[in-house]
Amino acid sequence: MKRLVPVVQLAAPAALVVAAALIGTLVSQSSEGYFIDSLVKVSIVVALYVFIGNSGVLSFGHVSFVALGAWVAGVLSVPVSEKPAIMPNLAGFLRDRTVGNVPSLALAALVGGVFALVVGLALMRLSGLAAGIATFAVLEITHNVIRYYEKIGPGLNAFSSVPETTGLWQATLGALLVIGVAYAYQRSRFGRLLRATREDSAAASAVGVSVYRQRLGAFVLSGVLAGFAGGLYVHLLPVNSESVYLDLTFITLAMLVVGGATSLWGAVVGALAVSALDSFLANAENGVSLFGGTLDLPAGTRLVVVGALMALVLIARPSGITGGREFPVGWLRR
Amino acid sequence: MTLAVLNIDWQTLADALALGGIYALMAVGIGLVFGVLRLVNFAYGQLIMAGAYALAFASQWDLPRWVGILFCFGVVLALSVAMDLLVFRPLRTQSPAVMLVATFAIAFLLQSIALLAFGPLGKIASSLAPLNRPVTISGVDIRKIAIVSIVVAVVCLLLLQLLLTRTAVGLQMRAASLDFGTARLLGVRANRVIGGAVLVSGVLAAVVAVMLTVQNPLVTPDFALRDTIVVLAGVVLGGLNRPIPATLGGFSIGFASGLLGGALPTNQSQYLPTFLFAAVILVLLVRPNGLFTRRQQAERV
Repeated sequence: MKRLVPVVQLAAPAALVVAAALIGTLVSQSSEGYFIDSLVKVSIVVALYVFIGNSGVLSFGHVSFVALGAWVAGVLSVPVSEKPAIMPNLAGFLRDRTVGNVPSLALAALVGGVFALVVGLALMRLSGLAAGIATFAVLEITHNVIRYYEKIGPGLNAFSSVPETTGLWQATLGALLVIGVAYAYQRSRFGRLLRATREDSAAASAVGVSVYRQRLGAFVLSGVLAGFAGGLYVHLLPVNSESVYLDLTFITLAMLVVGGATSLWGAVVGALAVSALDSFLANAENGVSLFGGTLDLPAGTRLVVVGALMALVLIARPSGITGGREFPVGWLRR
Repeated sequence: MTLAVLNIDWQTLADALALGGIYALMAVGIGLVFGVLRLVNFAYGQLIMAGAYALAFASQWDLPRWVGILFCFGVVLALSVAMDLLVFRPLRTQSPAVMLVATFAIAFLLQSIALLAFGPLGKIASSLAPLNRPVTISGVDIRKIAIVSIVVAVVCLLLLQLLLTRTAVGLQMRAASLDFGTARLLGVRANRVIGGAVLVSGVLAAVVAVMLTVQNPLVTPDFALRDTIVVLAGVVLGGLNRPIPATLGGFSIGFASGLLGGALPTNQSQYLPTFLFAAVILVLLVRPNGLFTRRQQAERV
């Protein structure tokens, strides 16, 4: 039975994603959007988990890889005929080309990874607070550049007329792919070495593990996944520079922390649980009927509740609702 | 993209000094709490935001100016103490990373509460506006608030230096920030020291709130958010562990940001955050422990 343990630990988060997708097919057209959105959030949060969860180093900068992925996939997916209208200042090589859905996602992943490599080569030498602030600096720089540099995107405008190919199917497949990669990584030699540095970096370096190299590897992998998730995101809704900035950083970190930052199961549970709450509250801001009465919350309640929840979980249960452990399989070990 | 010819006039220089002074005060506020709690307070900007809203409401209710300023101090201090009791105290034993994420959450929570309660459009705090007018000193126009900010910053920093070196609680704070465990063994009362640091940092936040509101009377939920991010970078840049490096870090980043913001032409000054944060990353790579600290040895087991 022991052989089943890794299978179950991969199958549990995957099953949760599939279950969310199946419920998504049953609900009305208007609610389907919430499910697609939550599945894209799963991809982003798992990408965050690959670095933060395995290394224990905080990063506020991952949304910059998401932003870059969204920019790459978005710019390359807008039909050539419509580019001059929304992006008049685009550089020549971007202006005259359009690629399909899958190549745009692959390129988003590639560019996310390359950017993470460049950033990581420098930043992975840092740890603790310096790392947190430096990754924040990366986010600020990325946001500042994509907001004003109109040769690579729409600047202050949103990515309208990107084909909306991220439906329920693409979001589910994307999330499953990201979960699969994250799981393969954490079972691999490199994932285990990195977790050893998380538990005790001095002891890990004493037995010959290069903390720098292991962190860099995870950073690049999570950059690839975050870029890919950014590609999924831009194919879902008209992203602009503000939608891949502080709010997204906050909500995805909240998901990871609420679920439990040190396990894949926690990342997926956190993403789906917070998404569910978030979508319910978004609905309630427009008024929903609940238990016979009507619940009508003022606009902006969403962030208050999610912020309070994140603070409460951090104070009462800092390892998250799953305790930062993988899906419990104690019954299989007997 | 190169820097254009720097055309720095006296107004820009005074504004940059004033911004440096304000950021230095914020840096001390963040640094003091970090010293005793090992906690980087991401929500420091929201204390300032609350103070700014207090000023805006005071001017809406036509309260006299000094009452408005008192109200601002009251609100900020009450919020600081509440933050200490409800958030910092339960988190004291957690790792710095958990505390940083927690204060990040608190920052977002307070900001979204402000958004919910006061709306996204913002309120105008007009009662202090006269301070924003220029005075002419030997043919050079300088806004009054720039002079006031510089003077207030210098006075506050001097008072703080006196507090930290000449009073019992100040000495205890410094002892606690060097080694909290040993300080407690020698009879330093933890809650008293932490409470003192939180109060002083709250007073500084209120002072900063007043000065920032004069410069920018439109108070929105994200008031002082950007400033806090920049100051945090500055504090880490200078060196978090000790008050003077942290202050210098805050001052330098404020001064640099004010000078570049005034001197660069518009089409380049929109990239100011990029220049600023790229500089931060470069400095952190060369001196991860901060610019103004002695080089530290690797962590020992």
